[in-house]
Amino acid sequence: MTATTTAPARTGGLRGLYAGNARAVVGRGLLATRSTNYWVVLSGFFEPVFYLLSLGIGLGSFVGTVGTTAGGEVSYAAFIAPALLAVSAMNGAIYDSTWNVFFKMNFGKLYNGMLATSLGPLDVALGEISLALLRGAAYATGFMIVMQLLGLNLSWTAILALPAIVIIAFGFASLGMAITSYMKTFQQMDWIQFFMLPMFLFSATFYPITVYPEPIQWIIQALPLWHGVELVRGLTTGALSLALLGHLLYYVVMIAIGLVFTTRRLRALFLD
Amino acid sequence: MSPHPATLDCVPAPVITATSLVKKYKDFAAVDGLDFEVAPGESFGLLGPNGAGKSTTMRMVGAVSTRTSGTLSILGLDPDQHGPEIRSRLGVVPQQDNLDTELRARDNLIVYGRYFGLPRKQVEKRADELLAFAQLEDRAKAKVDDLSGGMKRRLTIARALINDPRILLLDEPTTGLDPQARHILWDRLFRLKEQGTTLVLTTHYMDEAEQLCDRLIVVDKGKIMAEGSPAELIRKHSSREVLEVRFGSDRNAVVAEQLHGSGERIEVLPDRILVYSDNGEAELERITSAGLQPMTSLVRRSSLEDVFLRLTGRSLIE
Repeated sequence: MTATTTAPARTGGLRGLYAGNARAVVGRGLLATRSTNYWVVLSGFFEPVFYLLSLGIGLGSFVGTVGTTAGGEVSYAAFIAPALLAVSAMNGAIYDSTWNVFFKMNFGKLYNGMLATSLGPLDVALGEISLALLRGAAYATGFMIVMQLLGLNLSWTAILALPAIVIIAFGFASLGMAITSYMKTFQQMDWIQFFMLPMFLFSATFYPITVYPEPIQWIIQALPLWHGVELVRGLTTGALSLALLGHLLYYVVMIAIGLVFTTRRLRALFLD
Repeated sequence: MSPHPATLDCVPAPVITATSLVKKYKDFAAVDGLDFEVAPGESFGLLGPNGAGKSTTMRMVGAVSTRTSGTLSILGLDPDQHGPEIRSRLGVVPQQDNLDTELRARDNLIVYGRYFGLPRKQVEKRADELLAFAQLEDRAKAKVDDLSGGMKRRLTIARALINDPRILLLDEPTTGLDPQARHILWDRLFRLKEQGTTLVLTTHYMDEAEQLCDRLIVVDKGKIMAEGSPAELIRKHSSREVLEVRFGSDRNAVVAEQLHGSGERIEVLPDRILVYSDNGEAELERITSAGLQPMTSLVRRSSLEDVFLRLTGRSLIE
């Protein structure tokens, strides 16, 4: 035996990163949800509903119809409802993947405990992201029902918005957790909030993107929410185009980037 | 059949082997070349002051921290290569409780068992057994935050046993507990030891080390200062008895000059003077007959604290 050998680098692939047991992390999350404050949970659902009622129905009565990217004319409420649907998926996903993850990471020491078992960082990342995704999907499904009741789903393709919002929620949850895993202080967490509000207001949520000069449009189109809004709007208004696939691809990349960075960061933090 | 050397049958392979184990953070070596082995069923301790590198060593043994150099084998596997496999066979009681405060006591055990991928039925049964072992049956539904410090520790130990581990790692298991809670905990750990569980624990309490460890290493500044059973260490590095005399903070140093030559050696601490001797009473008599009147005096058996003082010139608890 050699007296001193340098520890070899970790072997590649998923070995040591993934035990195929993300469901145990999801199970823990669902059990823990029982002890959370339901009013806080519900508030996240109602926020976009209130926007829909006040702006879509209230303000919408003064606006009339709006032109979609695909060239059609729809009522103002039917124009902003899919955008708010995407926002509701985003809110749910972000709520769980940012503040909740931040607390578990820095105060609850939850991940230290998890990673002392046979779970790997990818199990923890996938489990926590799935949980955030579930919340986003639950909010959005509720919102979808409200839209149906108000007659704002204009096409049969609206049903495809359900899987679409799961993917949108997945994207935001994945990126949200990745970013949160690098945050150390409350101030840094506030930056996320500082970024979210303008993105919500300006991502062609309440009016077509064509109101902006071209350079501003590019910025909006680089941000994730715009892709979600366009994807869902296309499906609920029945304005299908190949561009929808592009929006979908944006989210697939976002999910992948989020997972990679979250897993790396968890390993660096807890398995160094 | 090929003949086996007799030793292979008699001496079981060590469950932990560390050689020249080093962990560096930038330029600072938290662990600076440790060599030790732990046999199955053994109760092995790392004794040392805060910052000695005990916790870092435990994290490496627990396969949640990679070493900078040296070799480490846990249950025959290299933790850098087989982290998850090793962790699935370890029980870990960290220095700071990291129980899941969003879950109730029993759920903490069940959920933790599920992290190991164990079937729910099996984990539920085991959780009830462990709650009984930890004397927490009546607190199964309690919220973690409503448990006392001692109960939380017992729950953490129960949690660490959920996967029926081959080795139980305990980092400062009783730090911060009141004396009664410590004794309850020691009793539980002693039972585990009797059942043959391999225990590896760190402590800066000598009484804890004496109670629980078959063998220990004294660690200071990332290096091993001495190794042996508590009794061996005391025999080797200290006298049978210790006489503690106090002359008041101002006078201790002055009196110490006059005491030179007493016992095997003396140790001057800020608040008292320690005289090491095989007969403490005789030393005390000699001191008083020389006209020196200590304010208080105490004769006691040598402890690991004295061993540590001898080896490092410092107290364990500073």
